[in-house]
Amino acid sequence: MSQPFRLPGGGRIDRSKPLSVTFNGKRLEGYRGDTIASMLLASGSHLAGRSFKYHRPRGILTHGSDEPNALLSVDWRPEKGAGRRDPNNRASVVEARDGLSVSTQNHWPSLETDIGVVNDLLAPVFVAGFYYKTFMWPRSFWDKVYEPVIRRAAGLGEAPEVPDADRYANRHAHCDVLVVGAGPAGLSAALAASEDGSKRVMLADEGFALGGSLLQDVTSKIDGQSAAEWVEAAVAKLDARENVVILPRTTVFGYYNHNHVAMVERVSDHLDEARDGLARERLWQVRAGQVVLATGSHERPLVFENNDRPGIMLAESMRAFVNRYAVAPGRSLVVATSSASAYRAALDAKAAGIATRIVDIRLEQDCGPELAQARSAGIEVLTGHTVIKALGGKRVKGLVVAPLGNGGAIGTRRTLDCDCVGMSGGWTPSVHLFSQSRGKLAFDAELDAFLPGQSAQAEISAGACHGVYDLKAVIEDGAKAGGGNITVEATASFTGFQPVRVLPTDVDPGKVRAFIDFQNDVTAKDIKLAVREGFTSIEHVKRYTTTGMATDQGKTSNMNALGLVAGVLDRPLPSVGTTTFRPPYTPVSFGALVGPARDELFDPVRKTPIDAWAEANGAAFEPVSLWRRAWYFPKAGEDMHAAVQRECKAVRTSVGIFDASTLGKIEVVGPDAAEFMNRIYTNAWSKLKVGGCRYGLMLREDGFVYDDGVVARLAEDRFHVTTTTGGAPRVMAHMEDYLQTEWPDLDVFLTSITEQYAVIALQGPNARKVLEPFVTDIDLSEEAFPHMAVREGYICGVPTRLFRVSFTGEAGFEVNVPADYAESVWKALYEHGKQFGITPYGTETMHVLRCEMGFIIVGQETDGTATPDDLGLSGLVSKVKTDFVGKRSLTRPDITAEGRKQLVGLLTKNGQEVLDEGAQIVADPSAQVPMPMLGHVTSSYFSSNCGRSIAMAMVKNGRARMGETLWVTTPSGFTEAVVAPAVFHQVQGAKADA
Amino acid sequence: MLLIRCPYCGERPEVEFHCGGEAHIARPDTPAEMTDADWASFLYYRTNPKGLHAERWVHNHGCGRWFNALRDTVTDAFVQTYEMGAPRPDAGNASSTATKAA
Ligand SMILES: [Zn+2]
Repeated sequence: MSQPFRLPGGGRIDRSKPLSVTFNGKRLEGYRGDTIASMLLASGSHLAGRSFKYHRPRGILTHGSDEPNALLSVDWRPEKGAGRRDPNNRASVVEARDGLSVSTQNHWPSLETDIGVVNDLLAPVFVAGFYYKTFMWPRSFWDKVYEPVIRRAAGLGEAPEVPDADRYANRHAHCDVLVVGAGPAGLSAALAASEDGSKRVMLADEGFALGGSLLQDVTSKIDGQSAAEWVEAAVAKLDARENVVILPRTTVFGYYNHNHVAMVERVSDHLDEARDGLARERLWQVRAGQVVLATGSHERPLVFENNDRPGIMLAESMRAFVNRYAVAPGRSLVVATSSASAYRAALDAKAAGIATRIVDIRLEQDCGPELAQARSAGIEVLTGHTVIKALGGKRVKGLVVAPLGNGGAIGTRRTLDCDCVGMSGGWTPSVHLFSQSRGKLAFDAELDAFLPGQSAQAEISAGACHGVYDLKAVIEDGAKAGGGNITVEATASFTGFQPVRVLPTDVDPGKVRAFIDFQNDVTAKDIKLAVREGFTSIEHVKRYTTTGMATDQGKTSNMNALGLVAGVLDRPLPSVGTTTFRPPYTPVSFGALVGPARDELFDPVRKTPIDAWAEANGAAFEPVSLWRRAWYFPKAGEDMHAAVQRECKAVRTSVGIFDASTLGKIEVVGPDAAEFMNRIYTNAWSKLKVGGCRYGLMLREDGFVYDDGVVARLAEDRFHVTTTTGGAPRVMAHMEDYLQTEWPDLDVFLTSITEQYAVIALQGPNARKVLEPFVTDIDLSEEAFPHMAVREGYICGVPTRLFRVSFTGEAGFEVNVPADYAESVWKALYEHGKQFGITPYGTETMHVLRCEMGFIIVGQETDGTATPDDLGLSGLVSKVKTDFVGKRSLTRPDITAEGRKQLVGLLTKNGQEVLDEGAQIVADPSAQVPMPMLGHVTSSYFSSNCGRSIAMAMVKNGRARMGETLWVTTPSGFTEAVVAPAVFHQVQGAKADA
Repeated sequence: MLLIRCPYCGERPEVEFHCGGEAHIARPDTPAEMTDADWASFLYYRTNPKGLHAERWVHNHGCGRWFNALRDTVTDAFVQTYEMGAPRPDAGNASSTATKAA
């Protein structure tokens, strides 16, 4: 395709750098400085997509990020393979680069011939509230019709099907002033703000060229310079200042609390050669002292029949294509407007040699100096005319207009043949970021716009987003926002417009398809219907009709929708409300948000020092809080059940070795350590001798069990506390909280030593024999080192805190060694233990063994509402201490009341049946539904040591129900189980506490 | 993301902190002597003001220390942070005094 519509001269394209892209498989030519939209127009085509619901052909409406129609799927580096394509890119902002492969969306079989357009004929079906009215019943339609058919028929681009192959970066920054938008106001603000070299200034603009509206301004003079010269000088000045960071291609998309601003920079999509490893996009999180919003404004479309035909665009966009991109959007143009600014577009097009006419809704006397200027340039202007409709299908062919008479009478129609229309219904300040900052909007009737009102943060708006439209005022307003005060001379801009919501027509408005929201296919008719059906708040109308709820957030449509609703209700516009804008300002790729936090960095796995050995020895793993723990060690041919039963037997008959390194470990040190322990735990600690261990129970202030674990007293002033694996951080925080805020007088230090010590548990009758040869400086004899004792010495020459404890009921040791030595100590023990058949076991076997003994696991048996007595642990609660955390709550009426759930054992009638953990328990399965529930199963296993299944449960009045038969839910109904004490196994021979 | 001034470290982003609820609720010295109602009130009852709220924060991914803060619940502006044990500063009550973040 050549470029028949490229103008012979002018524009901000680099004609020395020709390029081509693939557009729906065909070659499209252009230059550096083009967008895909301008390349398409240069080829003579406007058709750029099919609409969301009705599959109507759509063209290019705008030249900026507010584009609702021309959405493309872009493969950014087709030569590099899959994973670099993303949907819903706006053709108007995709910077042209040699080799891009783009395709239009939402059509089949092709853009030109799309059978989905049948939806357009069915339009009466897709009325306002279609989703609410349709997706009701019958139920079966959900799966068979709605999802597959409607989802496919109505839609935007297709989500990528392979992982994103690109890299995304992440950066935090601080600055004194962040200027958003590099148009005349933003450049002026940045210049003023950065004059003081000690102020760090950042200037971000979503475009690839700085200058904003001045990029398409070829007529204005600023202090004697052309607009282009002024921009060039301003940028050069800023560039030369070391305190300024300029970020083109950077969209500020989120404005959060305390001037936390998020922006995304497109780093490499525009580069001909992007070196490997260069990020595609970079997410910036900026904390700004002051934010200057210079975000400009959005032009409003006119609302008339078939205003969505390809070839119909916004007037200022027409101007941008002619002046900035040197493209003739057509051979014969009509500018339809109620706004003075559109005359500039007509004049510039005419000056570029394109036939141009103007239709102005305003009456002759309501027009400004622009009218005379257009006429003297030889442009035919029809004032006081309405647009009835556009002619043409895939391209506009003409505009039917008619004069507006007195009292709403509409005169004789006239058809203006044309192949392109530029329309303008006035301007809407872009207050999105101001609104995101939680500032309050205020309606300005004169400007027919919501403007920034009261600020909520250190922020100031300048220029068009501030309701200032005249170029001189815009530049001065920008300087003021940047802390300066300047006066400039600039060409007067054409400003002012007459708000029109829906253009008057001579046909039944109920039959007219005039689009308000182009992206979501919402017509004026739909909005009127919603109001007739009783929706009077704009927030409700929005949701009911989906107007303004597409990916463009209604940038071009909100004010037309709002004004229409107000008009139908005959109420002042502000009373209808305004929408709240939320991040992101424009769509942001998931890649940018995720950044490097993907794959193995998404949720880093915490591993113990023994993890590598476990992996090498075939362990199956399970996640436990952030850790991965060895779950069981299957031998060849074993399933989980077989492996666990073998491991359980080995521990009870000889010896098992277990990695308990994930246990939380805290050192409590200081002269007041024992007093601190007394206050934190239910147990009394003063009498615990140095070298002794005790099982400790910790409550929250409300009396419910918070954590448990063995505590060793290493010295009068030093305790080694262990916690549950998952509870380690919160127990540490809980202790610190009390120490710092309630008892700052206690002289105690808390240190987390979870990572410093690995723990190797040796459990079983032969544990001591495995350990003996390696331990020095500790007497391991039964008399010298009884159950629940701790000794410090050496193992394999490495310092150890050796605990004589058991979570299995068997005689056992827990060897605490510095983490760096753990693997070698483990290997030494394992090698020596082979003669005893030492068996590595995992968390599942640990769970079964402790359940056989009736030992609870906090978080499994408890759910945050269990008291010590509920668990049968009231013996651990000191009667002597006057106070400890949670003590007072244990006598609250609800805690001492009858009928609380208590921990019991459950034995199924059929010993081979294993209950489901979490299964509900009832007394009578034939009771009426909803039947009274007595409790639930907390732990359940098959125990080969017991030769049957075992379970623990929390059951209402459980301890009074011994021997009672209850019913437990199963996937297929109920099964019988008998309440029993929660101890299932009697340890033979050398017991833990022998 | 809020910006919070730790009295010991200076301004840091919210992700480094954890909020511990309403401040200036001291644990009673002699809980055993309290009525059930008074104890329940200490445990569960909190004010929920629209405007300035004194609350506990801990800089858990920083210095690890607890401190108190006066935060405006309407604007999320932190009017003042101060050390544990210090009395609540007199910073007025109206949320309008805190609409502009520092
Ligand atoms: Zn700190």
